[in-house]
Amino acid sequence: MLSIKNLHVKLEEEDKQILKGVDLTVEAGKVHAIMGPNGSGKSTLSYVLSGRDGYEVTEGEAVLEGQDILDMEPEERAAAGLFLAFQYPVEIPGVGNMTFLRTAVNAQRKARGEEEMSAADFLKLIREKAKALKIDADMLKRPVNVGFSGGEKKRNEILQMAMLEPKMCILDETDSGLDVDAMKLVAEGVNALRDAGRGFLVITHYQRLLDHIKPDVVHIMADGRIVKTGGPELALEVEENGYGDILAEVA
Amino acid sequence: MALAQAKIDLTEARLSRLEMPTGSSWAAEARQGAAARLRASGLPTRRDEYWKFTDPATLTAAEPPQAAIFEARDEAPLYDGIDRLKLVFVDGVFDAAASDDLTLEGVEIDLLADALAKDIHWAKDLYGVLETRGQDPVARPLAALNTAYATNGIVLRATGKVSKPINLIYLHNDVASDAILHHLVKIEEGAEVTVLESGPAAARFNKCMEIEVADGGTFHHVRAQGRDHERRAVTHMFSRIGSGSTFKSFTLTANGVLTRNENIIEIVGDDAVAHVAGAALGDGARGAFHHDDTVFITHDAERCESRQVFKKVLRNRAEGVFQGKILVRQGAQKTDGYQISQALLLDEDSSFQAKPELEIYADDVICSHGSTTGAIDEDGLFYLRSRGVPEDKATDLLVLAFLAEAIEEIEDERLREDILLRLQQWLERRRG
Repeated sequence: MLSIKNLHVKLEEEDKQILKGVDLTVEAGKVHAIMGPNGSGKSTLSYVLSGRDGYEVTEGEAVLEGQDILDMEPEERAAAGLFLAFQYPVEIPGVGNMTFLRTAVNAQRKARGEEEMSAADFLKLIREKAKALKIDADMLKRPVNVGFSGGEKKRNEILQMAMLEPKMCILDETDSGLDVDAMKLVAEGVNALRDAGRGFLVITHYQRLLDHIKPDVVHIMADGRIVKTGGPELALEVEENGYGDILAEVA
Repeated sequence: MALAQAKIDLTEARLSRLEMPTGSSWAAEARQGAAARLRASGLPTRRDEYWKFTDPATLTAAEPPQAAIFEARDEAPLYDGIDRLKLVFVDGVFDAAASDDLTLEGVEIDLLADALAKDIHWAKDLYGVLETRGQDPVARPLAALNTAYATNGIVLRATGKVSKPINLIYLHNDVASDAILHHLVKIEEGAEVTVLESGPAAARFNKCMEIEVADGGTFHHVRAQGRDHERRAVTHMFSRIGSGSTFKSFTLTANGVLTRNENIIEIVGDDAVAHVAGAALGDGARGAFHHDDTVFITHDAERCESRQVFKKVLRNRAEGVFQGKILVRQGAQKTDGYQISQALLLDEDSSFQAKPELEIYADDVICSHGSTTGAIDEDGLFYLRSRGVPEDKATDLLVLAFLAEAIEEIEDERLREDILLRLQQWLERRRG
């Protein structure tokens, strides 16, 4: 599904190398998790993959279903099937959540040469998806993320994911700022989207999210590289002993 | 102070191309007075403080600059779905054949030309009167010129709640037209009227509207200027509003080489409300864009509320100007004055200049003003794009959201939605 090879990235402004050769392949139907200490480059990886400005790829590639996405515009990557659930979802005053989602769904369809979704079909679908995430009609009407609580913002991210049906989902610290109940709700939303044709990359500091979204593969990232890869037990090891042991082991 | 010779020459050159109606009309005195005011101040130049940010040269030149006729093509007329009385002016001249009948319940409508032909007319007490008052403390020579020379316009007196809006539709058919229109609106006690304006009016357009709102009266005004690219227009609205009255004016502007809209409001009765708002969309890619909103609101009564909300979106060397003043006279206690002007600059070549002013002589008032100039929210733009919305469409969504705050000022829901829809259509057309 997603294949990242030898990815080197630096911050444009500071001329600082953040990713120093990331290799990672996420297969369709699998959930990969990336864990790592602060500053290891986890969020940079998610931003670079989604096409945010300010990063320069100096080496390497990222291929989504045969297409190198690194030269694409963010909207082209989205239409190709990539989705990033933001760590800090952005508030957009004046743009209704519903309008935003309908514009996004139809823009992606148009980009893929598909027919736009009718207003009635869209409404039916969004009501159904919103209900599962306990998102009420008021939240759909309000401006995007404006005045939403931390949990509401994250649920709204998952709603967007459910509506856009991407092939490759990246979740950037989706558990940050969530209490246990909110985390469960978000995890349920994610689990509902798991299927054989979809890949997930879950970026997190803590093991607790992985109790709810069970990964197939766990990677440890440190200083801009994947330093260790293993099964779900690797996450438990981090939970138990912190990153110190692993980092010492690979150093 | 004696005027500079250059200014005298400029003024005389312009006046030499105009012909003042002669005869013993009731308007003769107002015209003479206006001409005298005009000669006393002279036509404005960039060196005048009030025109520091807007070069009036093409508005004052003897020879009007030409303007290509704008083809709206398949665009439906504005306010199309709204039942309204249509009064059509072509290059500043009333077109009776294209207009509706002048009779409407709750209002007397005359053409200025017809009113002028009568021996006596109520319009005598309004024509040039509010314009004269509006000349102090700042001279407005182009309005004086209008009063001195205008022969076309409508003269409207609302005596009750007028059943439907009156739409002044302007058409531009002559590339060299130099139109002057002067409208009078008199709203009697408790009466209510909505005036709509739309359409490109002329190559060069000088419009003046004087509005007298008696106690408890209501005036609503919604105007759309655009999308004619080569428009040069100066408009003045002079209003005096009484106790418990309401005055609300909104203008949507798109394109135009040079547009200056002045709104001068005098609140003379207690508990009155005056709102002025504008949303402007400027793109210099197809010719220059310069838009100037100049507002002067005087509070001379107690417990009145005034509100100014102006938003501009500018790109490709487009220029925006806002000059807004709130004057609170002595004794105008419990005044609530608010003013905000904001510009969204979509590139580094565009500019916005704002001059907010407060002058307060009462001690128990709330007045606030703010002005911001900013770029598009990059985080918001990226967020939208990351969901698959193309950059230009994402920009439009943010532009609409920005302007929506000014459009919200339109009270009537149908009109508000019509204006919003039109703005969306204009943005979509731009995107092609």
